[in-house]
Amino acid sequence: MSEKICVIVTSGSREKLQMAAMLASVGAVSGAEVLVFLSMNGLPPFVRSSAGAAENEGELGRLMAEKKAPPFLQLFEQAVELGDAKVHPCSMAMDVMGIGKDDLLGFLGEPLGLTKFLSEADGAQTWTF
Amino acid sequence: MSEKRTIDARGTFCPGPLMELIAGIKQAEIGDELEVLSTDEGSANDIPEWVNKVGHEVVGTSEAAGVWHVVVRKTK
Repeated sequence: MSEKICVIVTSGSREKLQMAAMLASVGAVSGAEVLVFLSMNGLPPFVRSSAGAAENEGELGRLMAEKKAPPFLQLFEQAVELGDAKVHPCSMAMDVMGIGKDDLLGFLGEPLGLTKFLSEADGAQTWTF
Repeated sequence: MSEKRTIDARGTFCPGPLMELIAGIKQAEIGDELEVLSTDEGSANDIPEWVNKVGHEVVGTSEAAGVWHVVVRKTK
C-alpha cells in the first residue's frame, strides 16, 4: 500500500502556502498519494480572480517573492500533473465566498466536505498549514 | 539509443530543480541520462535522495564555480 499524505491549508500567507505546496509536490512525486484540502483563507489564492495573491508573513515571504522560488500555484499544479495529488476546495469555504467550481483554477478537484475529507484522512499522515 | 539531456535549473530554488528533473524523466526513455544544473545546494543534496527513493540511478554529483551538476539515469 502506498503512503498517503493529507495537507490542510487554512492560511493565506505566502510562507505557509509555499511550504504546503513544497510538501504536496515532493510527496506526490515520491510515490505518495497526496490529498490537499483548501479552506478558510487558504482558498482565495486558488480563485481565478485573485489567483496567486498571498500576503507575506515576514522576511522569507518577501525574499521568496523577490528571488526565483517556484510559485506555490505552480508547485501545486505540478503535484497534480507529475504525481498522484488531488487538490480539493472546501465546500463550506466556497459557500461562504459565494463561488462555484468554475470560479476556481482548473487543476482543482471536486469540492469536498469535512466528512468526506475525514474519511480520506483516516490513517494518513496529516499536515496543517 | 540512450541520450543525455541537460536541464538548466540554475537560479531557481528547492524544489524547482527537482520538479524540472521529474518533468524531464517523464519524457525520457529508460537508459537516458539527465544532467541537472543547479545553483541551489539544497537541491543538489535532495535530488539524489529522491532518485534513490524512487529507484533511478545517480551517475554522479559535482560542483564547479557555484553550479552543481547532478547526473541521473532513468532506470524504469
